[in-house]
Amino acid sequence: MSDNQMIQPLTGTFSRITAILWKELRQLSRDRMTFGMIVMIPLVQLMLFGFAINTDARNLPAGIVDKSNTQASRALIQATEATQVVRFTQVYQDLQQAEAAITAGKVKAVLYLPPDLSSRLTQHPASGAQNPSPQPIGQWLVDGSDTVVAASIKGLRQMPLSQIEDLPQIPATTATATADTFAVALYFNPEQRSVVNIIPGLLGVILTMTMVLFTSAAIVREREQGNMEFLITTPVKPLELMLGKIAPYVLVGFIQTGLILTAGRLLFDLPIRGNLFDLAGAAMLFICASLTLGLVISTIAKTQLQAMQMTVFILLPSILLSGFMFPYEAMPETAQWIAEALPATHFMRMSRGIILRDAGVLDLQPDALWLLGFTAVGLLVASRRFSKHLD
Amino acid sequence: MMSEQNTVTHNKATGKPVPDTAPLAESDYAILTRGMSKVFGDKPAVSDLNLSIPKGSIYGFLGPNGCGKSTSIRMLTGLLRPSAGEITVLGETLPGSEEHLRRRIGYMTQKFSLYDNLTVKENLHFVSQIFGLKRKAAKERIDQLLTVYDLTGQHKQMAGSMSGGQKQRLALAAATLHKPELLFLDEPTSAVDPENRREFWERLFDLSNAGTTILVSTHYMDEAERCHGLAILENGIKRADGSPEQLMDNMGAVVIEVSGNDLRNLKNHLTEKEEVISAAQIGTRLRVLVRQELSDPEHWLSQQVGQRQLNRVHPSLEDVFVSCTGGRHVG
Ligand SMILES: Nc1ncnc2c1ncn2[C@@H]1O[C@H](COP(=O)(O)OP(=O)(O)OP(=O)(O)O)[C@@H](O)[C@H]1O
Ligand SMILES: [Mg+2]
Repeated sequence: MSDNQMIQPLTGTFSRITAILWKELRQLSRDRMTFGMIVMIPLVQLMLFGFAINTDARNLPAGIVDKSNTQASRALIQATEATQVVRFTQVYQDLQQAEAAITAGKVKAVLYLPPDLSSRLTQHPASGAQNPSPQPIGQWLVDGSDTVVAASIKGLRQMPLSQIEDLPQIPATTATATADTFAVALYFNPEQRSVVNIIPGLLGVILTMTMVLFTSAAIVREREQGNMEFLITTPVKPLELMLGKIAPYVLVGFIQTGLILTAGRLLFDLPIRGNLFDLAGAAMLFICASLTLGLVISTIAKTQLQAMQMTVFILLPSILLSGFMFPYEAMPETAQWIAEALPATHFMRMSRGIILRDAGVLDLQPDALWLLGFTAVGLLVASRRFSKHLD
Repeated sequence: MMSEQNTVTHNKATGKPVPDTAPLAESDYAILTRGMSKVFGDKPAVSDLNLSIPKGSIYGFLGPNGCGKSTSIRMLTGLLRPSAGEITVLGETLPGSEEHLRRRIGYMTQKFSLYDNLTVKENLHFVSQIFGLKRKAAKERIDQLLTVYDLTGQHKQMAGSMSGGQKQRLALAAATLHKPELLFLDEPTSAVDPENRREFWERLFDLSNAGTTILVSTHYMDEAERCHGLAILENGIKRADGSPEQLMDNMGAVVIEVSGNDLRNLKNHLTEKEEVISAAQIGTRLRVLVRQELSDPEHWLSQQVGQRQLNRVHPSLEDVFVSCTGGRHVG
């Protein structure tokens, strides 16, 4: 009966994988909602996180207490305003007045320049003095209740002195900032992070969310809608089904990575210092690891809702523990163990390393290997757990 | 065989192509089961089912909702593992050789299981790739199926937007694409009007003619009547099996129609009687099933109905069904 000449035995596996892959791509291209999410999730999240966690404050109102009142002090004030971080709107006679103004909320910060400013300047290491003294030349009093302000002023701590024209005899070549220009008095000291640091992390979070959710939902949906009952009576093998299912989402993952990096570059001047191929390699490893995680979930979840809940269960620690929100080093040991188990942690390290520090693949080998291992084990577990039975 | 007292006839389910008397060799059967059972939790869904379905026949599962038709088919297709019993399908033992069987059987699920957001042609193309058909062979086969199942005009339509009848034809096309030797159809015509149902059955007879063995589940009597062999299921138990003619001949009850007035009261009166299996009003008549054990059922009934007129009629499959299930579902 069965016309066996019609059937190619050798290329069967390839044929079945491509069949599933094409079917999935076609369905995806017709699912406007999902298609929209693929594009909108990265863009919206990037905007939200990028603008909301923007620590680069500008033109903060500030006061000045100039006890020195020399040419040098006036040059220093001008140079400080030129950074655009602060704008001096008030002048106070002494520290008491200044403190009162901060307490009253009139200004966010006050710069105090001591009477011996000139001698401090000449002894500052940046001016190439014979016996440099590490004493700062001035002090900032900062409204510590606003962490953004505090972080911005902290950024002024090492303001270079070489740009100050009217300062006497500072050879530019020796102007190495080994000591702080200003001391900063803060009531608390937030981890200073910039949007540049956030984007590589956000990449990990968004990929975790979409990759895990899309794959787990893609398989559970077939079970929910009854397609699976037909599919498992065909000769398709579990591993073929898994590979065909995740392959289209690798493409989706790359589209999202491209979107985030491009938008990050255009909107937030994200520098990409490392090699793009390294970055693509890291993204590939992480996408595959996340996809297999989604597959494993799909073999456990009975409904799309359950798949979604399990995704959130993975997503929350990926946001909180991976180093995206809080520095990995500052977490308690138990939290670090959990973090190590999450693919997002490893990718976060790799993407920050490559994007921000120009780290090479070799530096990141342990993380790369870990993601590779995770993918292999995940695929094995998922195709073992995936049963071609209904009970 | 189990539940002797409930089983009306113990004849082997023999298809029309095979004469009753000739004993069949094991290889002449497409499906053989012995004591096939399935328990979900502690709830039996199928109990001790013995089936012998000859190759080339159209065999029907007839039974009400929840009687275990789908569960039985799922065990026979290797989707569910039986709790007990032995199953041989096309000479292969289940569970164990599911993967071997995949290419030899076709399964049309009760619920439409192709992809709603793929077109008719894309769905068939997907199935052809899954079964590893070469591009040219696949194209020819798909065109052929589109013609046979009258879907040529719809080949670009999304499967999800088709009517119930069109969906069923598409599902049948997909299930037969790889030319299976044995075809399972789980309530294939539940969403199809009588006209289209006849058409559908024409296609089934074509397939049967070409040598395909077909197992079809249904709760339509007219559909069951078209089968070569039939098993009547209730609560997971086989109540009777045989060809529709055998079942009607060996029913164990006499069918008498009573006409007259006040049939409503008469019905209530009769259903209380031990001797009456069921009484159902059909228009202006009351169709009464009386146990055959009575020496003269017609005489006995005439004493019960007073002045009303009696008319003994030929039993229908529905009568068989009612007598098997004790009138618990119909009438
Ligand atoms: N996966 C399952 N878990 C628990 N009980 C089940 C399961 N599948 C079926 N059942 C039960 O087994 C019995 C038989 O179900 P089955 O689906 O085989 O009936 P059916 O004859 O196909 O009915 P229908 O005509 O409504 O399709 C029912 O009582 C049903 O509730
Ligand atoms: Mg059913």
